[in-house]
Amino acid sequence: MTKYISLTINHFILSIGLLVMIVPIWIIFASSTHSSLFINTNGLQFFLGDNFIENYSRVLFKQSGFFNEITALKMFFNSFVMATGIAILSVVTSLMAAYGLVYFKVKYATVIFWLIFITLLVPLELRIMPSYIVMSKLNLVNTFAGLILPISASAIATFFFRQFYKSIPDELLEAAKLDGTNSLRFFIDFLIPLSKTMIAAVFIFMFVFGYNQYLWPLIMTTSEQYWTVVMGLKTMYGSISDRFAFVIMSMIPPVIIIIFLQKLFIQGIFQNK
Amino acid sequence: MSFLELQNITKIYPNGTKAVNETSLNIENGEFIVFVGPSGCGKSTLLRMIAGLEDITNGEISLDGNIINKIDPSERDVAMVFQNYALYPHMSVFNNMAYGLKNRGISKEEINNKVNDVAKLLEIDQLLTRKPSMLSGGQRQRVAMGRAIVRNPKIFLFDEPLSNLDAKLRNQMRLEIKRLQRQMGVTSIFVTHDQTEAMTLGDRIVVINNGVVEQVGTPKEIYSKPNTKFVAEFIGSPQMNLFNCKIENGIAHIADRKINLNNSTNIDDASLGIRPDDILISDNGQHTCVANLVEYLGSDMIIYSKIGDQEFSCKLSSKINLNAGDTFKFDISTTLVHLFDNTTGLRV
Repeated sequence: MTKYISLTINHFILSIGLLVMIVPIWIIFASSTHSSLFINTNGLQFFLGDNFIENYSRVLFKQSGFFNEITALKMFFNSFVMATGIAILSVVTSLMAAYGLVYFKVKYATVIFWLIFITLLVPLELRIMPSYIVMSKLNLVNTFAGLILPISASAIATFFFRQFYKSIPDELLEAAKLDGTNSLRFFIDFLIPLSKTMIAAVFIFMFVFGYNQYLWPLIMTTSEQYWTVVMGLKTMYGSISDRFAFVIMSMIPPVIIIIFLQKLFIQGIFQNK
Repeated sequence: MSFLELQNITKIYPNGTKAVNETSLNIENGEFIVFVGPSGCGKSTLLRMIAGLEDITNGEISLDGNIINKIDPSERDVAMVFQNYALYPHMSVFNNMAYGLKNRGISKEEINNKVNDVAKLLEIDQLLTRKPSMLSGGQRQRVAMGRAIVRNPKIFLFDEPLSNLDAKLRNQMRLEIKRLQRQMGVTSIFVTHDQTEAMTLGDRIVVINNGVVEQVGTPKEIYSKPNTKFVAEFIGSPQMNLFNCKIENGIAHIADRKINLNNSTNIDDASLGIRPDDILISDNGQHTCVANLVEYLGSDMIIYSKIGDQEFSCKLSSKINLNAGDTFKFDISTTLVHLFDNTTGLRV
């Protein structure tokens, strides 16, 4: 009996939490399916309207920005390229950095590691001017490379991978050595498959981090062609329902990535058990 | 020239610890050698130096006529079974066994044949698609051995491979390892701290203590003629009784007892050793003692007693009726006695 009471209480609390999260999003979504005129006269809506396709297709394909040079679709493309680039490069660089630090007899490996770790104290906002100057000298302003490169090395990811590698028993490397593997093969055949779940986690983390960037793309781009979704949110002028539609769509890419990789994440956990 | 030769091998770790000291050893082709010794005696280090997983500070190892000091572990053609098996967790049993072959550029078909043959030999052919996490301890052990066997190496190295198994499985695997080694005739080195494993498996046993080889010999030699006091104490269960004594003209003085050794030795500080089962209990024995404690083991029993303040034990058939507190009479036969000089620790 007490079991059912506590279960009911648990579900009640969880339901409240869920509602607090979901309801505002639902209201935005429901409102985005009405015409602007309707919302302006009747306020926010809880039920769906019948302007869904009209509103969303207008927002996606309408030329916007100060000079009408970009559509929302292009912004999604830009954001996706930037976030994916940052996520992939962070995974690759931090995997390799951690491999070097843990498995090679590097002198002062710990010192080097802490030097990398200290960069956490210097976020992009702090080094934004020097970073911009470097990028502009390399002629990378208004390019994807310029958007991606300065934020594609992650100290925290290096830290995660390093700790994980340290937890792998030495015997594994020794057995592999006797089986005739070399350093590159060990990295590809062992460390990458073993850290699959970790890679998924870091990828999600860095994708969302990259997708949420605002200040850096704002500074790095003078051409509207390179606007990202987050920049678009700020500068999206239009009717209220158009803006709501854009907000809803801007959430979709990170959600897709999380849902897609979560599967892999859980799979990995079950495999290891 | 022997198949595997160790010449004056020394290992000093960077922190100054001397793990192995000036060890020399010759091992013939097809022999089953067991390194036995207490934890931290350097037996595993020695094995890892043969495998190439540990640098050699001094000395020379040669295998099949070639000096292998500087040769990479992957090119030494040795296979090792680790204490915790070290299976590749993300690979199926098949891939675990095939990985070493793939790295040698052997054709897919041949790999298939070899892995399947070895899997049948070890009775793990039903498990080839499973991941190591889905196997029991005994099965993992078999896969670890399969991975070594399939490579068909010059030497098998076993680093305490049975210590993670329960007692029953351990006995079973022990027999199996012995059988497989006989069948394949591959030179094998087995490291253990368990003297039963050492005695039952080895063609020859190498007893190691503090990085030094104390004695090399067949199980029988080691048991019946231990070269040093350490070997005498280490091999045999229950432990050999060692009495501190003074020997004058062939007569050992233990507390107030005198034991005639029928020779003319003189040692001030000696140890007189006798195995618990070599103490002969009889009604008209020369010596009388009180049994302080009797341990009943089924067919045998062990009696704990004292001469002066030195404890000793004797093992006898449990058919004899003897309880704690009873007195018993026994003889010590001079032919079964082992004498050691306490200053050198060597057999006299």
